[in-house]
Amino acid sequence: MLYAQRWLRLFAPFAILAMLLAACGSTAPSTSSESSNASSNASSNASSNSSAAQPTAAAAEAPTTAAEPTAATSAEAPTAATSSGSTASGSGKLEIFSWWTNGGEADGLNAMYDVYKQQNPGIEIVNATVAGGAGTNAKAVLQTRLQGNQPPDSWQVHAGRETLSYVDYLQPLTQFFKDEGLDKVMPKLLLDQLNINGEIYTVPVNIHRSNMLWYNPKIFKDNNLTPPKTLDEFFTVAEALKAKGITPLAMGGKDGFEASHLFESVLLATFGPDDYTKLWTGDETAWADERVLTAINTMGKMLTYANSDRSAIGWADAAQMVIDGKAGMTIMGDWAEGYFLSKGAKGHEDYEWAASPGTDGVFLWLSDSFGLAKGAPHPDAATAWLKVCGSKEGQDAFNPKKGSIPARTDADKSKYDEYLQWSIDQFGKDKLAPSAVHGAATTNTYQTAFHNALEVFSANPDATALASALTEAVPDLTR
Amino acid sequence: MQQARTQDVAASGRARRRRWLTRDRATALLMITPSVIAIAVFVYGFIGWTGYISLTKWIGIKADYTFVGLQNYGTIFNALRFQTDIRNTIVFTAFFLIGCLGLGLALALMIDSRVRGEAIFRSIYIFPMAISFIVTGVVWAWIFTPGKFPQDPTGLNLLFSKIGLGFLQSAWITDNRVLPGYILSGIKARIGVPMAMIPVIVAAVWQMSGFTMAMYLAGLRGIPEELREAARVDGASEWQVFQRITLPLLQPITLSAVIILGHISLKIFDLVLTMTGGGPGNATDVPGIFVYDITFNANKIAQGAAAAVVMLLLVAVLIVPYLIYNARTEVER
Repeated sequence: MLYAQRWLRLFAPFAILAMLLAACGSTAPSTSSESSNASSNASSNASSNSSAAQPTAAAAEAPTTAAEPTAATSAEAPTAATSSGSTASGSGKLEIFSWWTNGGEADGLNAMYDVYKQQNPGIEIVNATVAGGAGTNAKAVLQTRLQGNQPPDSWQVHAGRETLSYVDYLQPLTQFFKDEGLDKVMPKLLLDQLNINGEIYTVPVNIHRSNMLWYNPKIFKDNNLTPPKTLDEFFTVAEALKAKGITPLAMGGKDGFEASHLFESVLLATFGPDDYTKLWTGDETAWADERVLTAINTMGKMLTYANSDRSAIGWADAAQMVIDGKAGMTIMGDWAEGYFLSKGAKGHEDYEWAASPGTDGVFLWLSDSFGLAKGAPHPDAATAWLKVCGSKEGQDAFNPKKGSIPARTDADKSKYDEYLQWSIDQFGKDKLAPSAVHGAATTNTYQTAFHNALEVFSANPDATALASALTEAVPDLTR
Repeated sequence: MQQARTQDVAASGRARRRRWLTRDRATALLMITPSVIAIAVFVYGFIGWTGYISLTKWIGIKADYTFVGLQNYGTIFNALRFQTDIRNTIVFTAFFLIGCLGLGLALALMIDSRVRGEAIFRSIYIFPMAISFIVTGVVWAWIFTPGKFPQDPTGLNLLFSKIGLGFLQSAWITDNRVLPGYILSGIKARIGVPMAMIPVIVAAVWQMSGFTMAMYLAGLRGIPEELREAARVDGASEWQVFQRITLPLLQPITLSAVIILGHISLKIFDLVLTMTGGGPGNATDVPGIFVYDITFNANKIAQGAAAAVVMLLLVAVLIVPYLIYNARTEVER
């Protein structure tokens, strides 16, 4: 007893010291050690019924039919050397913050790191990733770091309006776009839609397409159907499939954004690209348009052709229904193609694609991008990173793995698979409209309200309730 | 006499000094100080900070400490979603408590009746508690995903159709009905039991009833056999023994179980998120998910803080009376 007390007395100062040290220890930046979560996250995404997966964080395995990116980068070495003249050299660090921890996304990011290392030897890249929650966890960590004045050099954010939340912490890059010639190789409409209060803040590394219809070619052939070009045709096709006992439209709901994803395509088809884009400017009169109610009713009618268990399954399960022949169609962004490929499905045999009904000729885009932090600890290295992000070799290294297309229009098409080549062509000639659900046209604040309103509608189609919820959410568009 | 008194005074003075600052006491104080400081800062400090944030108009990444009073509370209580969440959490807590206490007590009584292989049964029943809510949620989501029934059912519905009980098939976690679904003026959420919540409650009861059983079992083992024996000698039937002797003596256990289970159910998050994600619509949404979504997805930090404070108050309503009760009984002893 006495011995124990003496021992405790000796131990107490150490305990206090330890606590003090722990309390004062700096909030160490979450570094690559956290990417060890990646593998577990990847497997949970692959099982597809679990975690809340959003498209960008989803298990989109890269289509690797294209050339090996390492070979690609070495082939581009001469160009790389010329552009590295102005970049940071010598030793140093660069911290890149993202939630790309698994599958094709992580592979793509690493491919871009390889390009960077080749151009900037001696700079150590700190790959600060935070897994989970489709980026929600990462955003929470990022927010804490920004408030604590410890920004990473560069971080991942959806290009476009979603960047609005971060403008206080980002350096404007409009001049950078001019210097790098990015304003000449990216579509003008894209640059306009990236513009926030007169400035561009982030460099888009890829483009995904939201308004895509994926259908099962066997089912369509057996029933002499052609992919619907308009909303009316959609209902004709859906009726024919329903009569055969096939679920016409496969749809998810568990990941929270599936209903709003479908609705954004319906809005685009109803409004056309110009008026559709005006919906997201924060103008309440745009939502007083009677076409809003038309779109809501169309959506409600579409839901009657969708699987009734949609709230229990994710978008990937819905995509699976199409390649399994259990459903005729699904409307999902082109990360669905990455999912199909990861399941060993073949284009034209197991799945086929078209623009979603009524939106042919319009490319509803979304994009991941990187910005430059205000007060970045390593500004030169970070600028060099943005150069890689905007460069042809950087984008051509990243995108074939990620399963997306480059934001530049001068990409090397031979590196991409058939769907992505088709998509590159469409991107070059289609009218562009920004995706609301995936951050190109709206802020995170608005998206949360939008998702919830549509999920409620998906469970309980009440047109007036949805209309009033959408009107209530309008102020969130500007914050 | 005089001398004795001075000695007394001296002794009591020394005693008092000893009472306040003996070496033991100094050590003890030194030992608890760090944890007191840590708890004061990291628990009560942050609770206070959350309360303060809930009175500001902070939306977005950048902090905005403009004072707006109780406006955020008004906003969330007016929102359909938060009203639905409050309804859901009440329904969940009520059924979860009833289920766990009933099943736990039944299991404990069964095991207490000295069945053979008692230890095995005890372990089997307690085992679910060792599993994380996440795992429970994923597994029970598979069980309760209805599929396209009756033609192409999955999970439990498939089992029903195989064993010829097809009429029992149901939409389970995708059921969007609220029964009976009363509409009260001034309240946007419909009053009733959301049907999709029932599978979630089943999963939660499955997980926690073993724990309740363990508590009751400990209680039952603590009741002296003589008491029951005496009652039986007096001619009481087994039912009367249970009703008049066993149950009243188990009351403190029930109270503790209600507190522990109650605060789990009010704070439930992971189970619901993995099992239904809050859907269909908001039918199984709970305040925990609301706080997460509003704070970290929507960046409405102040509203999230307000909802968190409401959750804290709900738990406090449950726990504070228990603490008071405990303090009183402590004094009585």
